[in-house]
Amino acid sequence: MRKLLIWLPLALFLIFLGVFASGLISPESKTIPSKLVGKPMPGFALAPAVPGKPGLTSAELANGRPHLVNVFASWCVPCIAEAPQLRQLAEAGVPVYGIAIRDRPEDLARFLARNGDPFRAIGGDPNSSVQIALGSSGVPETFIVDGKGIIRKQHIGAINPEDVPGIMSALGDAR
Amino acid sequence: MPAAKYADEQLADPGKEKQAKALMETIRCLVCQGQSIADSNAEMAGDMRALIRTRIEAGEKPEAIRAWLIERYGDWVSFKPPLDELTWPLYVVPVLFLGLGIWIVSGRLKRRRKG
Repeated sequence: MRKLLIWLPLALFLIFLGVFASGLISPESKTIPSKLVGKPMPGFALAPAVPGKPGLTSAELANGRPHLVNVFASWCVPCIAEAPQLRQLAEAGVPVYGIAIRDRPEDLARFLARNGDPFRAIGGDPNSSVQIALGSSGVPETFIVDGKGIIRKQHIGAINPEDVPGIMSALGDAR
Repeated sequence: MPAAKYADEQLADPGKEKQAKALMETIRCLVCQGQSIADSNAEMAGDMRALIRTRIEAGEKPEAIRAWLIERYGDWVSFKPPLDELTWPLYVVPVLFLGLGIWIVSGRLKRRRKG
């Protein structure tokens, strides 16, 4: 027993070493999913982010149809990459709504002119308060909200062409 | 975009500012994940500081704000882990190791006295 016990500190040390090494080799994942998936959209009322387009309130999202709520910004580079996919979804009849994070109306108007405008309405979130209330940790992120205003799915990062079928089917499930 | 009010501006009431600062030091920045929002220069961290100061100014308790954030981002967002079925070893193991240490040292001392 005593003979075995002598190896205990070394064994513990090796276990710690293993834990630290695995942490260094594979750092923790970078995406933080929102805990609000499966829960109702938090209440908010955002002013229009660009002139000539309505703002966004959470009440509008509970009108019996599933929606996409895209959290984006004109200063966000991957948002440019996902713009064609959002246009494609909007052309397929999906109601796409935007929440523009920390954005200026003139920058946003330029962004929409350059990359297309799939949005039915865009609410401006100048201090990220709605983004934080949504449990979103960056741009772009897209939430699929069902007709009752319940968040069904969160897509973190840009919507790539290969993500579109999955989003369409999730929207079908949210009906 | 200029930073939100209270992102980098202290509250007028020193007591409330102290509460806000203590909470900010234990909330993790979502963009630069190793830092607290008190340490981070990320714009989103600034917005989170503004949110915390605004709510504390309005009279909300710091732990209520922490709970609100955990409801959205999970325990991950707080540097103060809660005590639950997953995290209890964090709190129990140090006590066990201290006990083990005391046991080993007392054993050695007893033997030395005998010898």
